[in-house]
Amino acid sequence: MADKIKLTKLAECAGCGAKVGAGTLASLLKGIDVHEDPNLLVGFDTADDAAVYKVTDDLAIVETLDFFPPIADDPYKYGAIAAANALSDVYAMGGEPKVALNIMAVPEDMPREVVHGILRGGYEKVYEAGASIVGGHSIFDEEPKYGLSVTGFVDPARMWTNDGAQAGDVLVYTKPLGIGVAVTAAKAELASDEVVSAAEDAMMALNRWPADVAQGFTVHGATDVTGFGVMGHVLEMANGADVSIDVDTGAFELLSDDVLAWARMGLLPAGMYRNRRYAEAYVDAADVDRALVDVLFCPETSGGLLFSVPADEADAFVAALKADDRVCCAEVVGTVAPADGDVRIRLH
Amino acid sequence: MQIDARNVTCPKPVIMTLEALRSVPAGGTLEVLVNDEVALGNLTRLANDKGLKLLVEDEGDHKKMVMTVEGAAVDVSDAEAEAAQICVLPGSDLCATVVAFDKDVMGSGNDELGHILIKGLIYALAHGDKVPETALFYNGGARLTCEGSESVEDIQELERRGCRVLTCGTCLDFYGIRDQLQVGGVTNLYEIAQVITGQPGVMVI
Repeated sequence: MADKIKLTKLAECAGCGAKVGAGTLASLLKGIDVHEDPNLLVGFDTADDAAVYKVTDDLAIVETLDFFPPIADDPYKYGAIAAANALSDVYAMGGEPKVALNIMAVPEDMPREVVHGILRGGYEKVYEAGASIVGGHSIFDEEPKYGLSVTGFVDPARMWTNDGAQAGDVLVYTKPLGIGVAVTAAKAELASDEVVSAAEDAMMALNRWPADVAQGFTVHGATDVTGFGVMGHVLEMANGADVSIDVDTGAFELLSDDVLAWARMGLLPAGMYRNRRYAEAYVDAADVDRALVDVLFCPETSGGLLFSVPADEADAFVAALKADDRVCCAEVVGTVAPADGDVRIRLH
Repeated sequence: MQIDARNVTCPKPVIMTLEALRSVPAGGTLEVLVNDEVALGNLTRLANDKGLKLLVEDEGDHKKMVMTVEGAAVDVSDAEAEAAQICVLPGSDLCATVVAFDKDVMGSGNDELGHILIKGLIYALAHGDKVPETALFYNGGARLTCEGSESVEDIQELERRGCRVLTCGTCLDFYGIRDQLQVGGVTNLYEIAQVITGQPGVMVI
């Protein structure tokens, strides 16, 4: 039984596809008092990846939490992906993860070795990040869920936020696109083992490596792409910095050519529709292939980092990213321009 | 032809529709009932991709998508067709080994311990990565497949995963428990001889 449990079959939504839409989230929080604290450098208001709380002038803690239902059938990979995804928020702030707590829900009859596999995946990924798992909490639930709350350190002066993009910057993205579609095609048993495994590798890849490279360059803004899809996260960057962003849709590296074929066939996760509804009004898709636009709206569980860097550093930055084989890929995928009306994102 | 994809989560509506389209001839129509935006959107894309004429009718709490095959019948590729057989057979779980149980305990020394051990071993075998090709039960081992054995469920799991479960008929008769057999088939020494010469490995527990 253990080896043939298709973990992903236990999940109603896959990975970050299970994320509540940005619009829904905002309305759910409406009317709830948000207390102010001068030491809270980044809170919920800018829809950033993690909260940042200043401890001293040169030290702040980065706090984040992420968990989701199975996104891979292999327990170890599921655990590693959930951990890489949770850690990513700290990297997206320019921080360094230090300690993490497990959050886990498992069915009562789930074989021990499966649970063990998930945890082992989580622990090993956290160790790769140079952090430690120091505890956690688990409950029984029919649908498995796993993730981590991660605490990291950052120097407030060197912190990256998602609202710092400046006109004249370029956007650089560090993972292949199409994770959300590939995961959906895998659920439909349509994806080849190669593509599934490429998607899993991409999701397991730690954003530590591109973040480390970026420490040597000027970073105006950064975020990690996850549940809101590339478009949702680019929109947050554009809104936060009050700029408009031109996205070069052809520049993204795709996980596989099949990604577009699957999108055309309608193998799109529910999250795509949520993201689309939320962001569509701000996007001018021009005549870009509908399938590719759909892919850009798809949740990308444990996606890559999206950096906004000065154009004159772009070549050196991309070259440095490409030189590190722990970085999945690195492409200039957009340019930042001054705000121009309601349209925030122009696709080309 | 009509299929009901209401309350079915993605990507199943796409798979159901693909499967149904295989039997829709040129000029034929397929109706799909959907009640959420995701299925509606995904099936609209599918219809476009396959070049079908699509009409969507609002029927109150759900929508009826009428897809007409205008040109030649829809070509559903083998991969898609295979996927549409949504019932997924597990890959081969079997390893070329025969496990023989000659008593209802594991090892010799202390039977109380041996009893705990055999129960644990059968559980582990039933839930491991691979299961043996055949499990033979004879002499005292015949009790393991009969009423009163704590391993019946695990042996059923072994059998479900493709392991051939065989208990010696002479032994069942000797102990008078043939009518208590709970799992697997009854065998004789001739078949047992075939089994053990047919596989590279036989492990006597």
